[in-house]
Amino acid sequence: MAQVSASEIKVPPLKKLTNYPEKLAPGHRLCAGCGASIIIRQIYMVANALGYELIWANATGCVEVCTTIYPYTSWRSPWIHNAFENAAATISGVEAAYKALKRKGKLPTDKKVKFIALGGDGGTYDIGFQSLSGALERGHDFIYVCYDNEAYMNTGIQRSSATPKYANTTTQPVGSKSLGKEQHKKWMPEVAAAHGIPYVAQVSPSHWKDFMEKFKKALLTEGPSYINAFCVCPRGWRSKEEEGILIAKLAVETNYWPLFEVENGRWRVTYKPKNPKPVEEFLKRQGRFKHLFKPGNEGRIQELQEEINRRWEWLNKMEEMTREE
Amino acid sequence: MKPELIKEVTYVPYSGNMAAAEAMRQINPDVVAAYPITPQTELMQFFAEFVANGLVDTEYIPVESEHSAMSACVGAAAAGSRAMTATAGPGLAYMWEVLGIASGMRLPIVMTVVNRALSAPINIHGDQSDMMGARDQGWIMLFSENAEEQYDNLIQAFKIAEDERTRLPVMVGMDGFVISHSIERVRLLPDKAVEEFVGEPKVMYSLLDVDNPITHGPVAMTDSYMEFKRQQREAMMEAYKVIREVGEQFEEAFGRKYEHIETYKTDDADYILIIIGSTAGTAKYVIDRVREKGIKVGLIKIRTYRPFPYYDVMDAIEASNCKAIGVFDRAETFGAVGGPLYSDVATAMHLRGKSYPMVSFIYGLGGRDTNVHHIEEAIDKVVQKAAGKEVPLINYLNLNE
Repeated sequence: MAQVSASEIKVPPLKKLTNYPEKLAPGHRLCAGCGASIIIRQIYMVANALGYELIWANATGCVEVCTTIYPYTSWRSPWIHNAFENAAATISGVEAAYKALKRKGKLPTDKKVKFIALGGDGGTYDIGFQSLSGALERGHDFIYVCYDNEAYMNTGIQRSSATPKYANTTTQPVGSKSLGKEQHKKWMPEVAAAHGIPYVAQVSPSHWKDFMEKFKKALLTEGPSYINAFCVCPRGWRSKEEEGILIAKLAVETNYWPLFEVENGRWRVTYKPKNPKPVEEFLKRQGRFKHLFKPGNEGRIQELQEEINRRWEWLNKMEEMTREE
Repeated sequence: MKPELIKEVTYVPYSGNMAAAEAMRQINPDVVAAYPITPQTELMQFFAEFVANGLVDTEYIPVESEHSAMSACVGAAAAGSRAMTATAGPGLAYMWEVLGIASGMRLPIVMTVVNRALSAPINIHGDQSDMMGARDQGWIMLFSENAEEQYDNLIQAFKIAEDERTRLPVMVGMDGFVISHSIERVRLLPDKAVEEFVGEPKVMYSLLDVDNPITHGPVAMTDSYMEFKRQQREAMMEAYKVIREVGEQFEEAFGRKYEHIETYKTDDADYILIIIGSTAGTAKYVIDRVREKGIKVGLIKIRTYRPFPYYDVMDAIEASNCKAIGVFDRAETFGAVGGPLYSDVATAMHLRGKSYPMVSFIYGLGGRDTNVHHIEEAIDKVVQKAAGKEVPLINYLNLNE
């Protein structure tokens, strides 16, 4: 579906990428070590390099709350916040307006634009799920980006369907009769892919080259794309602020956060660690899993490892099944 | 480009839904996002036919819910396009959160509400509980008595919504089935004339203007939220003038008169009925009948419900020989006195320092018939009240009790 073959367009080297003007202004209130602003800035790097102007619809959440406290804004792009559960529906309206006005020759600009809906895992996996599913099914030309920090962090670490099993959250806390969340994380990119949309990818800011290649493909895709981005939350995960990218890296190296894409129905795992690390490496740097390291809970970690293996095998099977002959 | 279908004023047998869809065709909005719900479904189907046959230039989004319908309209309107939708009853209830966002962001969206009862028990029939429940969400609210009024009100709506003094969304209500599905005579206006009357939209702060990026919908903390709300009140007060002006322009262009209220035989009336929607039409007929018996009854029909035309209502009452008033509500306000309209009329009296005996009538909930006899019964109670007799404060019409 790409307008131009993605391989013909190269993302410039990092040195050049850092020279583009920042479109997310500093001074916003995101926490030190937050992954979300890193994700947004990486998105901007690709968009700048490829000459796209971005128009954003942002679900209620950390990013929205921290970047637009009236009368200030960090956004040097057009940006709209509507509510928590409707970023995808909102961008549907913006994109429809664009198409209608373009047809009538009434657009204020002839610049290359792309529409992005941005939400956390709450606004994506849970409350915004219906709105997202509708927009993907209708095939609007937009990119949905989920910054997945695995709980409702804006309001104080409440569990979501993106929270991994046994993580400590304030609405399913660890206690004498509880080990935290009782269910495994929802496989959201797989769910997005089940809509049969042209492009789906899972990314991590630690693997920025992979991130940029994927975001480039999303930009060049005509129709809906879904990007699931790993977003560290030092506050909610009880991790060290300076270890964000390290934890993101460990999430990938342990296969906890597999990097993969689904391009026109073809599944591809884009990074396969030669020797995947055990999940403990990822868990032990985060206070939300602290209780799992107490004597007697060894089996719980094994259980998480098995879920990781199950998903990893499933993804690799999908890759195998959909490989081009 | 869409073809011109109607070249001169044309008399047609149309239902309210057909008339509303026809108005939408002639307005030719940039974006329509809608979700079907009885009794609005037909309206959406008619409009979808127009889209399917190239009779409009509209970008049509068949969304997956009413919440998304209004959310998409917010996005489309913020992007500087003309956005419309339509819904009914539970659909409006599902939109409720986004209604306040549309008005709070000062987006000139226009919506038909085919008035329907709210669940539970589930009921698909006419009732104004839906719009009355949304009355504090900051929308301008107009109500129509018949199909032609729905058509005319929609044509006036964008001029009201987009005026720089208002910049507020408008919803136009018509009673489910009684208006939406009944065939009546409607005088359609020429396509060109409607296009000229509605005019080009005035685009302000478009989200598509990447050279002048604007942040829409930021967080307002305790230091600024109240000021936003205060400005909305100001805009609503301005809307009172704008609605009147646009009504005058409409009358000048097409010879059909629209004011905040319509009075019927109030000048010499001893008794005043105040009604919203289709039942006002029945009441006019009953008024003529009882006047033959020498009972002088007049009617105030509310067209503009928000902003509420307190002074228009009181001017009409005070210019009559009013001895008692009957207020008709097609919605409940559990735990409060009378219905919502009753409270508004009581406030209007208070503003003038007046006190007329008032009787509250709750009627037509969930599509319950309100026929000639029920209105006669109501008039009888108003007459008794004027005579100082004991009349219950709240009276249900056509209730099995």
